[in-house]
Amino acid sequence: MIQAILVFNNHGKPRLVRFYQRFPEEIQQQIVRETFHLVLKRDDNICNFLEGGSLIGGSDYKLIYRHYATLYFVFCVDSSESELGILDLIQVFVETLDKCFENVCELDLIFHMDKVHYILQEVVMGGMVLETNMNEIVAQIEAQNRLEKSEGGLSAAPARAVSAVKNINLPEIPRNINIGKPLLPAPACGA
Amino acid sequence: MALKMVKGSIDRMFDKNLQDLVRGIRNHKEDEAKYISQCIDEIKQELKQDNIAVKANAVCKLTYLQMLGYDISWAAFNIIEVMSASKFTFKRIGYLAASQCFHEGTDVIMLTTNQIRKDLSSPSQYDTGVALTGLSCFVTPDLARDLANDIMTLMSHTKPYIRKKAVLIMYKVFLKYPESLRPAFPRLKEKLEDPDPGVQSAAVNVICELARRNPKNYLSLAPLFFKLMTSSTNNWVLIKIIKLFGALTPLEPRLGKKLIEPLTNLIHSTSAMSLLYECVNTVIAVLISLSSGMPNHSASIQLCVQKLRILIEDSDQNLKYLGLLAMSKILRTHPKSVQAHKDLVLQCLDDKDESIRLRALDLLYGMVSKKNLVEIVKKLMSHVDKAEGTTYRDELLTKIIDICSQCNYQHITNFQWYISVLVELTRLEGTRHGHLIAAQMLDVAIRVKAIRKFAVSQMSALLDSAHLVASSTQRNGICEVLYAAAWICGEFSEHLQEPQQTLEAMLRPKVTTLPGHIQAVYVQNVVKLYASILQQKEQAAEPEAAQDVTQLMVERLPQFVQSADLEVQERASCVLQLVKHIQKLQAKDVPVAEEVSALFAGELNPVAPKAQKKVPVPEGLDLDAWINEPPSDSESEDEKPKAIFHDEEQRHAKQRQPEAEEEELARRREARKQEQANNPFYIKSSPSPQKRYQDMPGVEHIPVVQIDLSVPLKVPGMPVSDQYVKLQEEREHRQRPEKDRRRRKKKDKDKRGKPRRHSSLHTESDEDIAPAQRVDIVTEEMPENALPSDEDDKDPNDPYRALDVDLDRPLADSERLPVQKHRNAETTKSPEKEDVPFVEKKIKKPRKKEKKHREKEREKKEKRKEEKEGEDFDFWLSTAPLPAAAPAPAPGEPGANTVTAAPEGGGEEPRREERGDEDEDGDNERDPEKASKHKKKKPKKKEKEERPKDKKKPKKKQPPGEEAAEPVENGALADEPLPPMSSYCLLAENSYIKMTYDIQGSLQKDSQVTVSIVLDNQSSSFLKGMEFNVLDSLNTRLARPEGSSVHDGVPVPFQLPPGISNEAQFVFTIQSIVMAQKLKGTLSFIAKNDEGSTHEKLDFKLHFSCTSYLVTTPCYSDAFAKLLESGDLSMSSIKVDGISMSFQNLLAKICFHHHFSVVERVDSCASMYSRSIQGHHVCLLVKKGEKSVSVDGKCSDATLLSNLLAEMKATLAEC
Repeated sequence: MIQAILVFNNHGKPRLVRFYQRFPEEIQQQIVRETFHLVLKRDDNICNFLEGGSLIGGSDYKLIYRHYATLYFVFCVDSSESELGILDLIQVFVETLDKCFENVCELDLIFHMDKVHYILQEVVMGGMVLETNMNEIVAQIEAQNRLEKSEGGLSAAPARAVSAVKNINLPEIPRNINIGKPLLPAPACGA
Repeated sequence: MALKMVKGSIDRMFDKNLQDLVRGIRNHKEDEAKYISQCIDEIKQELKQDNIAVKANAVCKLTYLQMLGYDISWAAFNIIEVMSASKFTFKRIGYLAASQCFHEGTDVIMLTTNQIRKDLSSPSQYDTGVALTGLSCFVTPDLARDLANDIMTLMSHTKPYIRKKAVLIMYKVFLKYPESLRPAFPRLKEKLEDPDPGVQSAAVNVICELARRNPKNYLSLAPLFFKLMTSSTNNWVLIKIIKLFGALTPLEPRLGKKLIEPLTNLIHSTSAMSLLYECVNTVIAVLISLSSGMPNHSASIQLCVQKLRILIEDSDQNLKYLGLLAMSKILRTHPKSVQAHKDLVLQCLDDKDESIRLRALDLLYGMVSKKNLVEIVKKLMSHVDKAEGTTYRDELLTKIIDICSQCNYQHITNFQWYISVLVELTRLEGTRHGHLIAAQMLDVAIRVKAIRKFAVSQMSALLDSAHLVASSTQRNGICEVLYAAAWICGEFSEHLQEPQQTLEAMLRPKVTTLPGHIQAVYVQNVVKLYASILQQKEQAAEPEAAQDVTQLMVERLPQFVQSADLEVQERASCVLQLVKHIQKLQAKDVPVAEEVSALFAGELNPVAPKAQKKVPVPEGLDLDAWINEPPSDSESEDEKPKAIFHDEEQRHAKQRQPEAEEEELARRREARKQEQANNPFYIKSSPSPQKRYQDMPGVEHIPVVQIDLSVPLKVPGMPVSDQYVKLQEEREHRQRPEKDRRRRKKKDKDKRGKPRRHSSLHTESDEDIAPAQRVDIVTEEMPENALPSDEDDKDPNDPYRALDVDLDRPLADSERLPVQKHRNAETTKSPEKEDVPFVEKKIKKPRKKEKKHREKEREKKEKRKEEKEGEDFDFWLSTAPLPAAAPAPAPGEPGANTVTAAPEGGGEEPRREERGDEDEDGDNERDPEKASKHKKKKPKKKEKEERPKDKKKPKKKQPPGEEAAEPVENGALADEPLPPMSSYCLLAENSYIKMTYDIQGSLQKDSQVTVSIVLDNQSSSFLKGMEFNVLDSLNTRLARPEGSSVHDGVPVPFQLPPGISNEAQFVFTIQSIVMAQKLKGTLSFIAKNDEGSTHEKLDFKLHFSCTSYLVTTPCYSDAFAKLLESGDLSMSSIKVDGISMSFQNLLAKICFHHHFSVVERVDSCASMYSRSIQGHHVCLLVKKGEKSVSVDGKCSDATLLSNLLAEMKATLAEC
């Protein structure tokens, strides 16, 4: 089971917080902070597993994370998950984000947290891996987006708003999330 | 109204959307909190509007604020409003917000039941999907109970997208509403074979998650998972299944044996590291569950260790980490294989990555032996010095202690060294494990009597050193060791060289800065010290000196009396009064030492932590019974009515009790005295401890290695432990000549005796190192007849306990998921809400009736199925050959473990074919029984004929009962069980011994077969010295141990007591396999009975049939078709008449005896496949006519085929 999925940037600002176990909001923030301090200390060239200890759950749980450009993607999982499998899953998730946002960068996550959640919902459900085939995930997301569009969307012109945001010259424009080749042969990318 | 709508949408143009909110927050970095509280106010306004779009927008923004740590539960009701919007866009926002902030404590959650049910049955799959996703995050026991049935229906939805979500959420439903597990399980099980890989994967996921908690309930699914494992190509599924097997094997070693081969194949073939790693992990689990020592398993261990070494050496730190993790699992059972890689582990200790260093530390734990402990600890100590960061240093510290103290200090040969190590560790500043070191010091000093003298001298040095006292600020800091030091010096004060100096050290004013509990121990032990000094002085007739000591006490103790700590204060006041009293007596020249030391007479023994709990309740003791009758007030009214019935008996009992008690008491007292007298650990009122120590055998006479203690020990905190490394080397050096001599002797013996023993492996083992001191480790005390129970380890609050239910038991009538009752259909207002329940009603009413009927039918069927499954599982498992170590059951016994092929495969393979058809007809899939076993076994044609019939019936309602009632072969199959089969045939027999054998090939070794021979001692003699020998032919040779000639026999590695049987395995190498072969051979043995022993022998002829070179290999129908088309195969056929056996059993027989697997079966016609060890393909088409069977074969070698068919003919003729 996956206990929590956290995405935060290099400064520890949360970009996505998804717990599959109830924690009050303060505790959630505290966990995000602690997790951030744990992974921040680690170089990029050391292993991506961390024993979470007292953070969530206890000794059965591990933190498995990947660091892409400005963002950390952290999954907290128990021993029923394969460590390398989860690493691949993170890769699948990020690649899916990349596809859905067309060259995803931190700004996309900042301004479209809801969409990121919807994408995540197609990958992980209630703490269990739902789908690992990226094409399938993207197909479902797109179908839902079409459905939303046919209903007129939430606001009058969401698409324009997005592009407007993207062109705003913010002081700290993040680099694109660097999606290189997967470090490991992704077992179930289905490709 | 219309105006309002328009106004709403105009308003909205000025509302902030999520992006605006985010941007606003980013622009208000200085006063973020203030800005957000403004926004929340706005959101509250927005939520008050009627426009659902505005509300949805507001809720979306709230979800963002929730991420930032704001509690949004106050908006729960608005969230529900948005969830119930008709548009998907809004609904999705609502469910997202709910999934982020709803939990079991959210009270409005109960309002959602109907809404969710409506969404679940929505015609739009995305409405359903979004509801399922949301529900998976906030399902409560109530929701689970009310919606379980709806979700279960969704498991058979036409869309795989819904099916997989429904399957996954079932896990959450089970957790919250355990009663649903049994009714829903059959359908969940079906989903394991769902045509959609996503659904299948979800089902595997859920069952794995369930099985992880209660593995034994899922053992019966092992064959199914096994099939999935060998057929699936989805690595996610494979990983899950392999992990699951890892959890199942400890419960069923036979399963493990079956797994080894496919897993090894996967390890060799896969390129995905994740899969490889999990395979290795499960192989390790299998090997742990199997009794070790089987030769072919040591190969598996080697393979695992090799692969792990590759991982550890990889530059990818993740693989390195995992490799070490898995290595530590092997370590537990096969330390020897891991110890060979010590270099690697030590290397990892220097890794820059802390996680890896920690893992390597874990490994070290199991790698130490008596021989290398000192060296390893030395290395760790040097790391302690280098380590930056207290966490890692603390980890090192605990590891050092763990390593040294493991298994009752079994690796420590020199406790002086260990004490020095502990003392060195006290130099660590800032550690939080002072109490650990302290506990070790106490433990060693108490349990290793021989070390006390040394320990006391070290501890007194510690008490003297100032730096420890100075570090007293931190909780659990290093000053904790002073607790141990003080206690040891006090308790064993007779060993102190200069007690007075220690006493002064303990009474220094600085001591008062220590934590209270340590001061308390100081006070207590100061008195012990004082007592022993008094004694010393009085014996030496120095009353002056004794009075001086008393004076010192009187002067210094008041500082403790003033302590803020109650415990210290109380003890100090007591002690002070005592000392003052002594002072008075001393002034009168009264000898007091004897009396003062009597205060502390006796020895303290270590008691096991659980000892108290483990004391068994003596027979006849009723802990619930009153010792004295309860006070009389209750007796007045309540008891009277009862007394009518029990009056006489009670009185009777009361009268007898006192007598019995007195007798009993006296008897027990006597017994207890007896026991105490015999118990060396009981504190007796015997002479003072000093005397007892002298009397103790072995303490003074222990040969202590001569080292110059005086030099290093006087200097506290110096690294002294190093010298022990040198010492040990010297000692080993001294011992070596002797050892060599011994070894040489051994070798000579070996040469004469058995050449196959691996005695050389053990020469470097631990046993050869003699400990420097003879230490008697006093083990912890336990009550004499303590019950070995581990019950106290179970947690009664485990949420998974409720899911521990027997899943194979047929469902009872009462076990049904609650179906919706339309109690609140009227309360809903909106028109859309009204029609849906109405539609549902229509569907459900007829269903309910049917359901009862169906349930009954199912029950009957389940019963039959269950019986069958139980057998099936055993039968399926029994296909692995027995380990040589376990006695083999007599061949031919039903369900004997000596079978080679799974005839079950016969009915199962065609399933793959049918899947395509199922996809076309979506509605049929709603039928839960559709994919069930029975149907699957039905031939394809039949199914197609049936289909039009199905369609005429109302949709989704085909009662499964009808299916079962149809007289298809299924019925026959269930009634007529397969006859017991064994592949072991008689080899030879005489009055002493009976030999049966079986030959197996392996695809990995193209020119080798293994002959397993079961040797059954039929006599009353003891059979030993058995030797197996055959006359090799040019083609076939017995593999003999290296260095023996072709005429030597191979010794059988066991002896046979009367009536015992066991299995031995011999490997033969073969050049050509196209012809059958017979080899002559002899088994010679010594039969020993009361009259004496005789040399006996038994001749036999070993028949290598062509069949024995075939290996059961599954083959898919497409590959099979290609093979047949290729035209490279030559053909031949046979026909056998007069066969009465059913086709099913016939196929099973061919599968079993001739190592074939069924590729496809249609009616009374089946295609079968097998492969020889040298890679010949053998394809068969078996057709059954009336009373006859024809077999057409195709094979890449004509001779092999004709020989095979001839053998098959012989088998079939027996049917």
